[in-house]
Amino acid sequence: MNLIAKPSKENIKTYVPIGFSLVSLSILDVFANAFFNLNLMAFLPSQLSYLLPLILGFIGFYLIRIEFSGVRSLDILNKNINSNNFNAVLTLFTIFIIIKSIPPMLDWFILEANFVGNSKDDCTGDGACWVFIKVWFNRFMYGLYPNAEQWRINTAFLILFTVVGVSFFVAERLKKYFILFLVFVFPFLGIKLISGGSFGLEYVESAAWGGLSLTFIISAFAILFCFPIGVILALGRRSSLPAIKYISIGFIELWRGVPLITVLFMSAVMFPMFLPDGTFIDKLIRVLIAITLFEAAYMAEVVRGGLQALPKGQYEAAKSLGMGYWRMNALIILPQALKLVIPGIANTLLALVKDTPLIFVVGLMELAGMIGLAKTNPKWLGMAMEGYVFAGLVFWIICYAMSRYSQNLEKKLSTER
Amino acid sequence: MGKIIELKKVNKWFDKFQVLKDIDLDVAPQEKIVICGPSGSGKSTLIRCINRLEEHQEGNIIVDGTELAENTKNIEKIRAEVGMVFQQFNLFPHLSILDNCTLAPIWVKKLPKKEAEELAMKNLTRVQIDDQALKFPGQLSGGQQQRAAIARALCMEPKIMLFDEPTSALDPEMIKEVLDVMVDLAKGGMTMIVVTHEMGFAKEVADCMIFMDEGKIVEKAKTKEFFENPKSDRTKLFLSQIL
Repeated sequence: MNLIAKPSKENIKTYVPIGFSLVSLSILDVFANAFFNLNLMAFLPSQLSYLLPLILGFIGFYLIRIEFSGVRSLDILNKNINSNNFNAVLTLFTIFIIIKSIPPMLDWFILEANFVGNSKDDCTGDGACWVFIKVWFNRFMYGLYPNAEQWRINTAFLILFTVVGVSFFVAERLKKYFILFLVFVFPFLGIKLISGGSFGLEYVESAAWGGLSLTFIISAFAILFCFPIGVILALGRRSSLPAIKYISIGFIELWRGVPLITVLFMSAVMFPMFLPDGTFIDKLIRVLIAITLFEAAYMAEVVRGGLQALPKGQYEAAKSLGMGYWRMNALIILPQALKLVIPGIANTLLALVKDTPLIFVVGLMELAGMIGLAKTNPKWLGMAMEGYVFAGLVFWIICYAMSRYSQNLEKKLSTER
Repeated sequence: MGKIIELKKVNKWFDKFQVLKDIDLDVAPQEKIVICGPSGSGKSTLIRCINRLEEHQEGNIIVDGTELAENTKNIEKIRAEVGMVFQQFNLFPHLSILDNCTLAPIWVKKLPKKEAEELAMKNLTRVQIDDQALKFPGQLSGGQQQRAAIARALCMEPKIMLFDEPTSALDPEMIKEVLDVMVDLAKGGMTMIVVTHEMGFAKEVADCMIFMDEGKIVEKAKTKEFFENPKSDRTKLFLSQIL
């Protein structure tokens, strides 16, 4: 490169426009190729026409790489995506891959996809067959729950979302009543509404529950119960009383050491054998207990991490003010420890939500389970892709929302400024 | 004069290492005692035994007529009567200064919230940080934090205050503001046991000085006597280095 002067502030006026033109040209070439199937460089030999965008872009990036150019946006660009030759190549590759992958994705998801119709035969395009999702949507949401009774699930979730929504806007002193309602009253009210059997509501057995509503029910109950149990186990593991300590350790290590799928099998298949004849515990409840205890063991270790991070002085200060064990933990230790481990708690709860599809092993069908069932329907064979993309999207939305919520909570509770 | 704190032949070990050896100590109500000595001499351990943050293995510790032993209820009652100020402040970082002060009165002494807040503001005014009441500990300077910690202890209306090197973690220019508060407290008639190396403070407020070394009380004397005419050579050596 001795033929031309090194890019610097002196030649910025000529180099930067040329550089940008070259980079633009290279991107334009890939763009035209990807979107319109045109080869702008067709006049060149074939190997060269493949490499040309890369070469042009590379030279272009070289020309605009001017240190301390004095132009703010150029400096930011250079620093972030064009700091040396290697990074320039990586940048180009990334841009090319993104451009190249947009048209096929767009085709599959929207342009060539099929939205209208009622059966697989209506899917004539090359893209996704969203008709599958549309036809099965009701099942994906409610499982095998009778259509005429689905208003009960809707009502339960409507109440939930309304209460949660309203609670964000009410005065601070009223919030605790909303939380008490959500934690202690609503879960049992909601379950009664959905299962029925009294108040003139038809009984719907839990085997018929399913779809996304079951995902929510299982996740919500497991989160609700695994959290306090996890906290108790974490405190127990640090207890000075040997009996409590070793029971906690034993419990945690037992449940952490077994795969969830095994636990679910045991709860569904083996556990009933130990029950006295005639007693019967609903399968859903057994599964719920299994998931709750399994996740509680993980939660306990997360919380314990927070407990260990607190300085000894906090315990001593609380004690020196005359607080006993429970007051000390409830008022001083846990508020700080839990705040510290919000990311870990969010991690565990996200994992819990994403573990719910495993309940298929005991015959319960939540969202992913229902999709698995639907794609084996003889009339709808070959729809796995659409189904699982849909499931992935729904799970991603749920988990991303939870993740955002945990980040907001972290910010809100932060007292360090 | 009665005794509010009584230590009889107190021995304590950390594993095999003996940190306190045959400690005998009587403290009268309203008496101010300053404990000094080289690091590792057991002075912090001694005052931490008085509210049972550390357990002693032998001997008796009687605080305000109650013997400290295994019985938990007693210990919490004693701790509520004995205020403690730590070297590292140990304020609760998740609570505002006001909440730091009202938490224990509300939950331990069952004071109504309003009364607790009035009491807290009274004590925060006394240590001159009432204007910081709604801030969090992390927003205050070291001296302000230590004064807040003193106010927090005072809010339990203790009969005895223990100070464990209250100025050792402070910048030199903040030491005075904390010592001023402690002098004020001493003049108000509080029973105080203070572990400190601030000899100026000791001369001003202490009724009685204790010098400790290697887990033993080497010398206990009236303040004037202690500084002007120390008896043991170890005390003389220590004073010559520190003064």
